[in-house]
Amino acid sequence: MLRIRNVVAGYGNLTVIRRASLHVKTGEIVTIIGGNGAGKTTLLGTIAGINQSREGEIFFDNHDITKLSSDKITSRGLSLVPEGRQVFSSMTVLENLEMGAFIRYRKGEKDEIISDIEKMYRLFPILESRKHQQAGTLSGGEQQMLAIARALMGRPKLLMLDEPSLGLAPIIVQQIFSIIKELRSFGNTILLVEQNAKAALNIADRGYVMETGHILLEGTSKELLENKDVQRAYLGKEYRRINE
Amino acid sequence: MKKTRYISLALFAAGIVACQLIFTALGTDYLLIQLTMSAYYALVVIGLSLLMGYAGQISLGHAAFFALGGYLTAVFSTNQLQEVVSHEMLTRLSRIGIVYSSDAHDALYRLHPALSLPTVIIVTIIIAIIIGIPILRLKGHYLSMATLGFGIILYRIFLGTKVFGEADGISNVAPFDIPGFFPIGGESSFRVPNYYFAWFLVIIALVLLLNIIDSRVGRALRAIHDSEEAASAMGVDTGRYKLIVFIISALLAAIGGFFMTHYNAGIGPSEAGIMKSVRYVSIVAVGGMANLWGCLIMGVVLNYLSLRGYFGSYDDAVFGALLIAIMVFAPNGIFKKEIFDKIRHFVSRIPCRFSK
Repeated sequence: MLRIRNVVAGYGNLTVIRRASLHVKTGEIVTIIGGNGAGKTTLLGTIAGINQSREGEIFFDNHDITKLSSDKITSRGLSLVPEGRQVFSSMTVLENLEMGAFIRYRKGEKDEIISDIEKMYRLFPILESRKHQQAGTLSGGEQQMLAIARALMGRPKLLMLDEPSLGLAPIIVQQIFSIIKELRSFGNTILLVEQNAKAALNIADRGYVMETGHILLEGTSKELLENKDVQRAYLGKEYRRINE
Repeated sequence: MKKTRYISLALFAAGIVACQLIFTALGTDYLLIQLTMSAYYALVVIGLSLLMGYAGQISLGHAAFFALGGYLTAVFSTNQLQEVVSHEMLTRLSRIGIVYSSDAHDALYRLHPALSLPTVIIVTIIIAIIIGIPILRLKGHYLSMATLGFGIILYRIFLGTKVFGEADGISNVAPFDIPGFFPIGGESSFRVPNYYFAWFLVIIALVLLLNIIDSRVGRALRAIHDSEEAASAMGVDTGRYKLIVFIISALLAAIGGFFMTHYNAGIGPSEAGIMKSVRYVSIVAVGGMANLWGCLIMGVVLNYLSLRGYFGSYDDAVFGALLIAIMVFAPNGIFKKEIFDKIRHFVSRIPCRFSK
């Protein structure tokens, strides 16, 4: 579904992504793990067209989207839930969901949009009870749910999530991850970027390890969970042993 | 359209009529002149409010658009047309009806009124698109830089070009007469109809802008304002929407300038000056960026005070000081939106009280 090859990207003189390649197949949950500053967010931004790549190519659904602007990419069915949620804080929850279906109004899918909003309320019951509340007044976890629901309102073929666990309490993180896992059973394909490597690998089929702009490792989640380097660097295994 | 909006518009229209009746009854209907001019300035202000408050872009060139509308129609409707176009050409054009001469000696040629307004509109749209291109390409406040440059350039062109009357500007601009209608001009016998015409324009513009704000476009603009990145991730073509709003606000400014020039029978280069643009920005800031009604009220009040000369020679200083004071003490403007909601709510319940 998504295939990126040798992508180089950055800001100004700074190169952040150095020849990264990866792919996502239909129906998969794929995760990119890595520490702070590894370039994960930039990579997602580059795929979504928010920043432009300098080299390399990005194919989505067998179409070259390397040079497309972000709104065109979204209308092809690739949605990004940006880092830090970025809900439309001055709008109500309901208006946020309607914004998520922005491109679909033009196609005249009004009835489907209404039924999709109901679907989102079933998936995230808390959003229904808050539907007329301003999104800026929601808690962090609720905002994250809203951001995911908003992206789903565009009926994306591929959903990209950037650090959904960022700044959330562990119990909320658990909730969010179980929802992400549930999304797959609805037929969504997901590309998940996370610092919380353990939680991400537990729900993903495959994973990529990213460090300083390079993809260092790739493999199934099981392989990565058992990999000594991954354990030491991202799962904190060694640390525990030293303490013992 | 929502019910509350009818109430606001009705209240506003009632205020306009009340002003006219009171001033005429008191025999001070010369005050209507300044109120008419304030209406034309208010067109600029509400357009800029949409651009600043809803699209999040600052234009420091709206005075230039205002002056553009004014100068173009001034050139079209005075005998300076003969300096630009040869006499032979003018007679040929007058035969087709594009140009006509309103005096016996063929001294004063004018572009037909039915053509001069569309010409101004088309020229403004083209210029707004050219200047607006940076918003499509770049993020941030590049539009204010582009408009600042545009304002300075246009000011210098008006100041230095003979056709535009150099430092004197253009005077003796004929009224804008639509056949079968009263002339849009400064003649005192038409003072009251002119007053209503100006405010009628403002109300039309208001209805247009309020509809935009409540439409999908307005929703998209609010989304851009909240988070540009998220908005474009929703498939909103952020650049396009900002450009549309910029064009609309530039058009309102040019139309304001167009009628103001006919009403005043002239225009000078100071209308294009950078201080005028700063004045519009500060009025919008005082009114509260995304508060159309607040901006409208402040636009009328402040322009009226300024036109009546209450600020004396410190005119520009007053507006500069206002801008600073507002940014420090009340960045959201002096009106709370709730005030307007309360007024609307109060008025909407009056019929209920009577029925009891």
